[in-house]
Amino acid sequence: MVSGVEFLRNVNLSNKVEVGKRVTVIGGGDVAIDAARSALRIGAKEVSIIYRRSRKEMPANPEEIESAISEGINIEFLTAPVEVLANNNKVISLRCQRMKLGSPDASGRRRPVLIEGSEFEIETDMVIPAIGQASDLSMIGESDGVKISGKKTVAVDPVTLASDKEGIFAGGDCVSGPWIAIEAVAAGKKAAISIDRYLRKEDLRAGREEKIASAKEEDTPLMPKPKAPRQIMSSLPLDSRKAGFAEVELGFTEEEAAKEANRCLNCGICSECMQCVAACKAEAIDHNMSEKTIEINVGSIILSPGFECFDPSADKLAKFGGYTSLISQYGYGKYPNVVTSIEFERILSASGPYKGHLSRPSDLKTPHKIAWIQCVGSRDVTCNSGYCSSVCCMYAIKEAVIAKEHSPEPLDISIMYMDMRSYGKGFDKYYERAKKEHGIHFIKSKAYGIQEIEGTGNLSLRYVTEEGKLHFEEFDMVVLSVGMKPRPAVIEMSKRLGIELDHYNFCKTDSFSPVNTSRPGIYVCGAFQGPKDIPETVMQASGAAAASAAFLSESRGELVKKKEFPPEINITGEPPRIGVFVCHCGINIGGVVNVPGVKEYAASLPDVVYVDENLYTCSQDTQELIKDKIKEYNLNRVIVASCTPRTHEPLFQETLQEQGLNKYLFELANIRDQCSWVHQQHPEEATKKAKDLVRMAVAKVRGLEPLKMISLATVPSALVVGGGIAGMVSSLNLADQGFNVSLVEKAMNLGGMARKIHYTLEGGDVQAYLNELMEKVNNHPLIKVYTKASISESSGYIGNFVTKIQVGPKKEITEIKHGAVIIATGGEEYKTKEYFYKKNSRVLSLLELESEIIKRSKKIKECRNLVMIQCVGSRDDERPYCSRVCCSESIKNAILLKDINPEANIYILYRDIRTYGLKEDFYREAREKGIIFIHYEPDAKPEVVPFKESGKEGLRVSVKDPLLGEQVIIDADLLALAIATTPPSTNKELSQFFKVPLNEDKFFLEAHMKLRPVEFATDGVFMCGLAHAPKLIEESIAQAQAAASRAGMILSRKLVQLPGTISFVNKNKCIGCGECTSVCPFGAVALDEKQHVAVVNDALCKGCGICSASCKSGAINLYGFSNSQVVSMIESL
Amino acid sequence: MEEGKESPWEPKLITFLCNWCSYAGADLAGVSRIQYPANTRTIRVPCSGRVNILYILKALQHGVDGVLVSGCHPGDCHYLSGNFSARRKFAVLSRLLEYIGIEKGRVQFSWVSAAEAGRFAEVITEVTEDVKKLGPAKRLVKNIG
Repeated sequence: MVSGVEFLRNVNLSNKVEVGKRVTVIGGGDVAIDAARSALRIGAKEVSIIYRRSRKEMPANPEEIESAISEGINIEFLTAPVEVLANNNKVISLRCQRMKLGSPDASGRRRPVLIEGSEFEIETDMVIPAIGQASDLSMIGESDGVKISGKKTVAVDPVTLASDKEGIFAGGDCVSGPWIAIEAVAAGKKAAISIDRYLRKEDLRAGREEKIASAKEEDTPLMPKPKAPRQIMSSLPLDSRKAGFAEVELGFTEEEAAKEANRCLNCGICSECMQCVAACKAEAIDHNMSEKTIEINVGSIILSPGFECFDPSADKLAKFGGYTSLISQYGYGKYPNVVTSIEFERILSASGPYKGHLSRPSDLKTPHKIAWIQCVGSRDVTCNSGYCSSVCCMYAIKEAVIAKEHSPEPLDISIMYMDMRSYGKGFDKYYERAKKEHGIHFIKSKAYGIQEIEGTGNLSLRYVTEEGKLHFEEFDMVVLSVGMKPRPAVIEMSKRLGIELDHYNFCKTDSFSPVNTSRPGIYVCGAFQGPKDIPETVMQASGAAAASAAFLSESRGELVKKKEFPPEINITGEPPRIGVFVCHCGINIGGVVNVPGVKEYAASLPDVVYVDENLYTCSQDTQELIKDKIKEYNLNRVIVASCTPRTHEPLFQETLQEQGLNKYLFELANIRDQCSWVHQQHPEEATKKAKDLVRMAVAKVRGLEPLKMISLATVPSALVVGGGIAGMVSSLNLADQGFNVSLVEKAMNLGGMARKIHYTLEGGDVQAYLNELMEKVNNHPLIKVYTKASISESSGYIGNFVTKIQVGPKKEITEIKHGAVIIATGGEEYKTKEYFYKKNSRVLSLLELESEIIKRSKKIKECRNLVMIQCVGSRDDERPYCSRVCCSESIKNAILLKDINPEANIYILYRDIRTYGLKEDFYREAREKGIIFIHYEPDAKPEVVPFKESGKEGLRVSVKDPLLGEQVIIDADLLALAIATTPPSTNKELSQFFKVPLNEDKFFLEAHMKLRPVEFATDGVFMCGLAHAPKLIEESIAQAQAAASRAGMILSRKLVQLPGTISFVNKNKCIGCGECTSVCPFGAVALDEKQHVAVVNDALCKGCGICSASCKSGAINLYGFSNSQVVSMIESL
Repeated sequence: MEEGKESPWEPKLITFLCNWCSYAGADLAGVSRIQYPANTRTIRVPCSGRVNILYILKALQHGVDGVLVSGCHPGDCHYLSGNFSARRKFAVLSRLLEYIGIEKGRVQFSWVSAAEAGRFAEVITEVTEDVKKLGPAKRLVKNIG
């Protein structure tokens, strides 16, 4: 008789172990199984295990049990030992008893209960009890002050392993109970650290509390793949096993291993496998980071939490009055080839799932016919998204056009839409091009459902067109244009911050303060304020910054820390001493390019005095290293061979400056984006190319010179051109920020177009707002208003403009010095000749109609039939843009009129109703109030004829009703025209004064359509309001604040710094031909009439180098990209 | 120029990429891991309009087999009109090249935007293939020994 552990130890230490012929093992754990199987291998003929519960409760590994049974080991379940019978000190048998399972015990397992009279004997000559172990705690106990736990182990703190008695620590089995060796080793180390700290009288806990944040269940995605069974590993044949201790499990074959590895573990977000920690060579991943509460003292808050995409999965749709939205019929999530627009965007992306190939998910075939369904989760009250998401029409067109361009095979595209809302600047042109040049079909329709056609993966789309006809059409793929939704988390956030949300949970704002939340000092921007496109988001972002800057103007700059650089080292006359730092970029470069080889090669190049290779050259410690090496080796040129200068040049330049080197003595060789990433399969060629790029960089830097940044003092005041709402808001914000403002208005009074507008669609009182604004502007001590004034001349550049204006009837000239200018020249109503406008008193513009409504005039009170015609002068060949505001303005006036005169019939004849964003609610309200909307196409415009018959008089309007398919005739008392907004003719002059461009429609052209909507390419000049494009009052206000924010950034700095990479003239070579002056897009080069040579205005030069490339005599050159530098790069090849 | 010992002839190309569009397009090709032939050596310039015709002639004189200049699409130039200036120059240059016997296709001009990573790789592949077909450029190379 020998205990299980002792038996196994002897076996494992290869001691000669005697084993009987018939061995009986008592127990049900791994030790019992192990002992039994070992006994079999060292010569036992019959091996039994007796276990008092059933197989289900047996704690041993199920695979072990299975193997034991298959090796012929007999397991007696529900059997307990009673007595070992011996003869002459030799075991002869084991008396046992049968058991049955009773009620569960504390461990949850069912307690075995004796069956009376069931005793029996098992003949055996060796008994191995393997029924658990316990620590021998006789040496220590409660009397020593050490607490003993219920499990009869030492109770310790889990982090420090300190027992209750100071100075006594415990670990291993005496704490955990029987457990594996490695944990005992870990506990030993842990205790050692504690004891070390204890003896040094240090904090035992500091930095040791390991809490790994595990993913929340609701964040864990569902298993994306179906459940796959484990691979079954082949094992040693039974007859070979008993011969010895050869490995029973033979391992996977390559194929099995690959299959096993391919099984999805469904690890959710993070299964804490820690492989990322091992893989990240920069040691940037720390799983012990935990949530911390940080207190920051701020004077103002800007909220920009964004939005989330609408989820069209049938099970995610909200119920509405017991019904689920129609969207549930689109089969998203059920049919693989129904995808959302965001998923389609990924499909088109080069880094997407199909590497940029246009493929459909079900079979990766190239689709030939795709449909887009618009307004999925927008304009749909049944899913609580009654608003228009504002961006889907344009992104659908964009995706369709890109898909067309992308597809290697002919592609047929249909877009199923309700109204095409391409209301933004330049959008309608894009829409027209998509129709005419790309042949995309736009079908005004409602999609009712999608069915997959069995076996093909194709989809049958059921839709009804405007004429009421039902169609079934087959597509290879359907894209759902999903809308924007407020994030659910904003509800909680708004409660905490005490700000109000609207009925959709967007942030509530007012038409006249579009970036102010309901709580002073807290501002909002982006899609949290309502669905919007990128330019509007960017405008609002800058607008919120401006509002916040004005709010905090008293404490401006208090927390700003200015970075100081050491004085610059003079390197004049010194030969080049080049340092080259070659970057591994982890494995991004080093995995392909032979970095040590490149480094060694760089060392052989002329004037290179130091070379190094770094794991990450951009890391903070490498910046310190570069600085040390500049000092140690007197480096006066630095090359980093790593990634793109477009992202990393400024970082390294700053490192040079911190060591006193001019920042222009630096060059990047892009051996990642241009070598390792794009020649991954050709390491030798990539390495060769990397060497060439380094050689070219060396050739260039040998000729680099220190360049001077130009610093110019700024005049801290602004000129604002245009005294409408936009101009006044800009002026007021800048003045509130503490800057002087000159506001120039061409009319007698401030106010502009807004003087004729009385209400916003939401009901805001425009006149009250306007009067308050004018009063503030007129009375602000820092604002000087010039009315009846126009600009006659302007010169200068960012920070230093000089503009002359003519003021008053006598046109007195005043000169204004300013550091920035904001153009806010507004818009005008187009003077249309259509529809008897200005010829028949029954025909009014929208503004005129509004004025009649406000007056409650007889015309309005007696009006029985009012017809409104949309897009008069907009979206035609002459003005191919949408005037954006007319749909909302028409609906506003229609609702107002209906409220005054409920008897009136109101007809709105439209092309597309463009009540984007939250304005959609009012379109719905108008329809509910009985206003009739009739759609027309530009080739069948409404016709109007004045009539007078049988005592009745009016205008006979006829238009084709698409639903009836017939001409409808309306005898109208009044006809209101939604006339286009046009740019003022003075824009042309201004564009020349300030050297800024106009677009084809004569509105001002911004520096970037999406990302820089208030700036020009010319620094220091900004725009806002209708000067940029037609827009609503709230959008004008946001853009005006944005322009003020951008201008304020310039004015708040005492100096403007301009880059040193600009053109310069060698007077000795210049022949004064004037070619450079004519090609310069910025008017930065002028001819000096006396010396007859070209002169560069450093402040105006942008460093494009067009002048230099055009110079016949090689007299004008570009710092940083000079002719000799470029040629030396070429010659180094 | 280091030549491979026994490997077949491979052309050497110089690409002038404008900083704002084409160079950014090349970066995106890198980020997207789009593969293209390794024959090009890039020189970053602020604008395609900065490329002096002289650079192209120098490159051909120096034994470079092909040159590509790539800038922003018309209307997208960061400097408003630099790419138009470049286009005019190349219209003139191509006639000069024809006159002095440089084959068509050795010097090419393209528009690649910052978003057109795929197009960038395609352009490089095409130009490389074109120049490969034309063989080494020896016409302007001095002292061929």
